[in-house]
Amino acid sequence: MKRTTRPTMVAAGLLAGSLMLSACGAGGREEGSGSGSGSGDSAGDTTGVTDSTIKIGTHMPLTGVAAPGYSEINTGSRAYFDFVNESGGINGRTIEYLVEDDAYNPTNTTNVVRQFVQQDQVFGIMGGLGTPTHGAVVDFLNDQEVPDLFVSSGSIAWGDDPQAKPFTFGWQPDYEIEGKIIGQYVAENFPDAKVGLFLQDDDLGADGELGLRQFIDGQIVSVARYTSGNTDVAPQITKLQSAGADLVIGFNTPSYTALSQLVSLQTQFDPQWIYTNVGSDPALVGNLLANFSEGAVGPDSGALDGVLTTAYIPGIDTPNDPWVQLWQKVWDEHGGEGELTNYRIYGMSQAYTFVQALLAAGEDVTREGIVAAIEENGADFAGPNLAPYRYSKDSHLGIGGMRMIELQGLESNELTPVLTTDLGEDAPIDADASEQANDAPPSNGIPE
Amino acid sequence: MSQDITTQSSATSSDDATEGTAATGQSDQGMGDRARGLWGRAMDSNGTRHLVFALAAFIAVVLVIETTSDFASFEFTRFGYYAIAAGGLTVLTGINGQLSLGHGAFMAVGAYTAALLLTDDRGTPLLVVLVAAVLTTLVVGVLVGIAAARLSGPYIAGATLALAIAATQVPLAVRSLGGEQGLTLSTPDIPTWVADVHFFILGTELGTNQYLAYMTWIVLIIVFVLLANLKSSRVGRRWAAIRDDEVAAELVGIDLGRDRVIAFVVSTGAAGVAGAFLALATGLAAPGNFRLDLSLLLLTAIVLGGLGTLSGAIIGAALLTYLPGYASDAGAALGLNSLKAAEIAPLVFGAVMVLVILLTPAGLMGEVLKRRAIRRAKKRAAAQQSASASSA
Repeated sequence: MKRTTRPTMVAAGLLAGSLMLSACGAGGREEGSGSGSGSGDSAGDTTGVTDSTIKIGTHMPLTGVAAPGYSEINTGSRAYFDFVNESGGINGRTIEYLVEDDAYNPTNTTNVVRQFVQQDQVFGIMGGLGTPTHGAVVDFLNDQEVPDLFVSSGSIAWGDDPQAKPFTFGWQPDYEIEGKIIGQYVAENFPDAKVGLFLQDDDLGADGELGLRQFIDGQIVSVARYTSGNTDVAPQITKLQSAGADLVIGFNTPSYTALSQLVSLQTQFDPQWIYTNVGSDPALVGNLLANFSEGAVGPDSGALDGVLTTAYIPGIDTPNDPWVQLWQKVWDEHGGEGELTNYRIYGMSQAYTFVQALLAAGEDVTREGIVAAIEENGADFAGPNLAPYRYSKDSHLGIGGMRMIELQGLESNELTPVLTTDLGEDAPIDADASEQANDAPPSNGIPE
Repeated sequence: MSQDITTQSSATSSDDATEGTAATGQSDQGMGDRARGLWGRAMDSNGTRHLVFALAAFIAVVLVIETTSDFASFEFTRFGYYAIAAGGLTVLTGINGQLSLGHGAFMAVGAYTAALLLTDDRGTPLLVVLVAAVLTTLVVGVLVGIAAARLSGPYIAGATLALAIAATQVPLAVRSLGGEQGLTLSTPDIPTWVADVHFFILGTELGTNQYLAYMTWIVLIIVFVLLANLKSSRVGRRWAAIRDDEVAAELVGIDLGRDRVIAFVVSTGAAGVAGAFLALATGLAAPGNFRLDLSLLLLTAIVLGGLGTLSGAIIGAALLTYLPGYASDAGAALGLNSLKAAEIAPLVFGAVMVLVILLTPAGLMGEVLKRRAIRRAKKRAAAQQSASASSA
């Protein structure tokens, strides 16, 4: 003990000395500063905006299990932004688009989004992908008052409460209205079907089920839920099979469409399948099937022929649509390796909406300004969306409708007109009267 | 007790002369009579040495946090909680020889405890959150530790591996834990007096990121001082004795089961507090945070840094935190597209791992310590030679 006394005193003296030294620098404390993030002034926050550029970022799974398909979205968005930049940008500003991989892991999402906001000083986030991943950063973005535009996920959480999340906007139709539209279609066209539900055990399945049950609660004979990441879905499929389901509705991701098809082939289960738009890209599912079955099922085997799903933007199944022709041109001029896919079209369509929002925000774009501009004008944005957006001061939900389609190879047949609706049992389902589905892009491909 | 000290020191020196033990043990004997200053005598005492290191570390932490950006503080926090977890794993795997492939599960316990305390009520003081996280994890650690103590070698690895996989399933089965999307939480408000003290001394406002970075690193320093003291104490020597030779350890009267459980519990306590900081920093406790790869990466970190050395745990955690980011930034700077840049990160990490193992089998810090020990031994041999020459 004796030995340690003196050094401890020396150490204490050192500490006290250093504290006193550093204390000398401190002056009086200013009150009331603090909340301002970035270079905001009274006119609004212009972080990430210069006279010639505007910087935005996005988080996407580029590696890992969720990467197939989703990793293509950013290439589509980038191609469209390059297309816009080449013609001079928006209000003289080119769009600088940063992409970071989060591998669909919420911890990584937190890291990369903080990096965007605090280090790269982006203006906003555009198209951040995934419900659990984006859920990890949505409060942070709203605390920091960073525009969080057009989340790539159909959870209702992005838009149903603009008071709580004023800077967040959804984009694609939410899973609840998709459930409602599919539910009504089944009730009208398959009134005697015994319905089985195949659901991902998160917002995707839960919101979808909520919509479906508003129409076909009595027809549902069995519900099977799977956890994302668990690749054995045989128990779920056999559960539906043994309950006697002859129509199965899946609210699941593409990998699970492939897995459920594969298991059903093995157990000779052949119901009418309906999948959510999220899980029904025939090209990707075909590739996944070939992959999972180690070649036993070919990629072009038409495994999804006769499967019903929904559509809310024109895709590669409608090559003559003027929007798809624009996307093809953009991809040919500015795309990288690979073909135009539905995921790339999704990215381009989102980028198109972002450009519209930027234009609506005007010459002196600010973070607050773009939010106000979308709330005010967003419902009238005329883009590739088949039904209008629902943006307003009371709703930040995206596209408000979709149509039922039947897949045939890589093409599709329309089964219904575009149907629009909103959250809740009170919102009726109507055929869209806005003619939104029949418009064509401006001749130069850039919104006016 | 002097018996088990001698057993241990011979066992260690035959091993790989990793950290201090060999060096300090010999310097006590070799330089004992020589007149030395206050400093040298003070540094002989492990406890004092660790405290001086801690103080120096604290000053360095203040400098780093105050001179770098807000985002750097966030990354520094991540570095900190990985290091705390890696330090705990070092005790278990590096010092006691129990290979845990499931440390991520204990971080999850700490994270979910913190999240449950902070989901509805951000008024819970940070200290309460941290203590609760440690206590909960300790309880789980005792249970798993008792089970693990009955196993040995690869069987412990197997059991902890199963634990790591099972742990991420729990939130999916228990609805109140938020399922796949997890629980979100917010950092407790910075106590006014902390903000005031910070302002009084440094004249700047304390941001949330900085606050968390300070808390993480203060806890890290405390944890590492405690672990270092434990390591150089009788308990630590017993742990090393068990690692080096179970039979010999048992023969000198060490209770294998008891010491293994203690090592396990100490280690899980560190993982628990690290998990709480992970949840605080990311604002989320979700199964995706604690998949098997987290456990494996922690193990990678301590192997890279130098198995069995606490300083190595810090170096390994630094690599874990910063290397992937630098690698993909470098890739992007070389003109790779975002997909290729993202893919380069694990590649570089793997390549570094292979290189480190090839070039410095004892890990980065293990190599430094080995060289230092060799240098000292040579010096001493030379001194002895010249002494005997002059006397002859």
